[in-house]
Amino acid sequence: MSLASILVPVPGRSDAPRQVVTPPPAMTKDAPRTAKMVIESLTAYYGSHAVLRNVSLPVVERTVTAVIGPSGCGKSTMVRCLNRMHEIIPGTSVSGRVLLDGLDVYGRHLDPIELRRRVGMVFQKPNPFPTMSVRDNVLAGWSLTGTKPPNADDVVENALRRAALWDEVKDRLKAPGGSLSGGQAQRLCIARALAVQPDVLLMDEPCSALDPIATARIEELIHELASTVTIVIVTHNMQQAARVSEFTAFLYMGDLVEFGDTAGIFTRPSDPRTEDYITGRFG
Amino acid sequence: MPSRPKSSRVDTAFHATLVLAGLGVATVLAGVAWEVLSLSGEALSKGGIGFLTGTTWDPVTEEFGALPALYGTLLTSAVALVIAVPLGIGSAVFLSEIATSRVATVVGVLVDLLAAIPSVIYGLWGLFVLAPLLREHVQPAVQAVFGDFPLFAGTPLGVGYGTAGLLLAIMVIPVITSVSREVLRAVPETQREAATALGATRFEVIRGTVLPYARRGLVGAVVLGLGRALGETMAVTMVIGNRYDISASLFAPGYTLAAVIANEFSEAFSPHYLSALAGLAVVLLGTTLILNAGARLLVRGVATGGARKNGDRHRFSRKSVSVPISVPSSDPGKEAPDGRP
Ligand SMILES: Nc1ncnc2c1ncn2[C@@H]1O[C@H](COP(=O)(O)OP(=O)(O)O)[C@@H](O)[C@H]1O
Ligand SMILES: [Mg+2]
Repeated sequence: MSLASILVPVPGRSDAPRQVVTPPPAMTKDAPRTAKMVIESLTAYYGSHAVLRNVSLPVVERTVTAVIGPSGCGKSTMVRCLNRMHEIIPGTSVSGRVLLDGLDVYGRHLDPIELRRRVGMVFQKPNPFPTMSVRDNVLAGWSLTGTKPPNADDVVENALRRAALWDEVKDRLKAPGGSLSGGQAQRLCIARALAVQPDVLLMDEPCSALDPIATARIEELIHELASTVTIVIVTHNMQQAARVSEFTAFLYMGDLVEFGDTAGIFTRPSDPRTEDYITGRFG
Repeated sequence: MPSRPKSSRVDTAFHATLVLAGLGVATVLAGVAWEVLSLSGEALSKGGIGFLTGTTWDPVTEEFGALPALYGTLLTSAVALVIAVPLGIGSAVFLSEIATSRVATVVGVLVDLLAAIPSVIYGLWGLFVLAPLLREHVQPAVQAVFGDFPLFAGTPLGVGYGTAGLLLAIMVIPVITSVSREVLRAVPETQREAATALGATRFEVIRGTVLPYARRGLVGAVVLGLGRALGETMAVTMVIGNRYDISASLFAPGYTLAAVIANEFSEAFSPHYLSALAGLAVVLLGTTLILNAGARLLVRGVATGGARKNGDRHRFSRKSVSVPISVPSSDPGKEAPDGRP
């Protein structure tokens, strides 16, 4: 499937807020889907070395998009370009555009601080703040930036419930953030990201440090969250991509080899490299 | 020969060496403490608590009170820390969080060089540069502003508690900077990323994440600096004025425990005089130990008691410097505790 068949740019006004994606035939149930984010000709550099070249793809609203590919192919770099975390590493740069609701996140309309509140992130290794309690970890997105949620208790409970952690920690909200198990800590990080009500959640191999049971819980959670937030998940576990995502992007050595609906990619890959990868011939 | 027994023999030998080294350190420490204690026994038993609270130091009448010297030691160290802690930790934050790596390397080497300058050189500089500068320009200007305020009263002499404290601060800053920088560097990048991804600015990341994470190590850095300030002898002797007195004014000359010992040891002919000097050493040792333990308790208090104290207070105003609230189960130097499988 080629990108052209999915991306239908809104004609005319360049500041048009949305772009329409014609869904692949397999999932035409509920009519046109909007692209929450659009990546256009994105090239990302470390120094002068381009590790991501000319990548374009839409991120469809309230679905899960998986980014797969062998280690070092640029998956993390790509998602970090979506919330401008790439640029905090010295010497990095990007070209191309990334649109959030039609606005260029690298443009003047959106500052990175505001962007990162709307596009949250969960990292490979659970990284709760050890000096904060569980509760304060959930509220960290507010307290760190010197703001106060309208009702902190509700925010905490709501975020922890959405992260499927409430029942396990409701009696020890004051316990240190570092006292949870790996899987719980990762769900705490998800709750922390959700507490500031992001539209998009980026997850960079969120299960790679977890055991199978914790992984299954997070996958289940991703399913539930997809009805309210747009999720981009990096994984090099293809079964995971197949289980949780609706769309899949396959990156190989910095190039976007293939993008399309997950079922199609896994059953009828159009590029031989994709086929080699998903059949385990390399990576 | 099978390799297993051999390697286990090597292991045993290695283990034994380490145990010996550890015991060696403990023995030396105990030996020093014992020697000083027994030497001071006469003065301490004769003077009793009066040795600590007495304000006279008279070798002729053999009346010995340590208070003025203890006061000088505590005051100069306090002045030093008040100046050196914000500057030292501030420059460490700059070096580890803000400066480009080239600047950080160059400045870092300079800081380490500063830490290595022998204290007599600081003393000479203090006596010939700092003291005249303070006497002629700074102290008169301060007095013009504050008038008769007791903290700055008296004739500007250039030497005194304030000068000694300032000189100590200059000597202690590189120590605090250098240790704090390493402590801050050990804060995992994942912590900074977590805060940045939540929309925190660089300043907010440092204040809300990096400093709380590193706080134990930072207190360690301050304690090291304090240790140097308390025990520093040479430089202080040269700029404190060497007058056995207690004064509220930072401009007044005074004395410190270490300076008295160094100055008078060679002239202490009577056993009682010698014993009194050893008594000062005991007081200095005790002060160091108490302050050290106090600092440790303080960190622990901040780490545990703070959780309860601050738990319900809202912590969202920009003013409230983020309060460290609970104990991480790891050292600051280690990665955040990641979970058990
Ligand atoms: N901080 C960095 N500095 C220089 N090169 C980097 C850095 N991080 C990643 N790279 C390079 O960028 C490429 C893509 O990395 P990454 O996006 O982390 O891949 P993935 O997440 O797919 O494993 C790799 O070749 C890697 O070596
Ligand atoms: Mg990666």
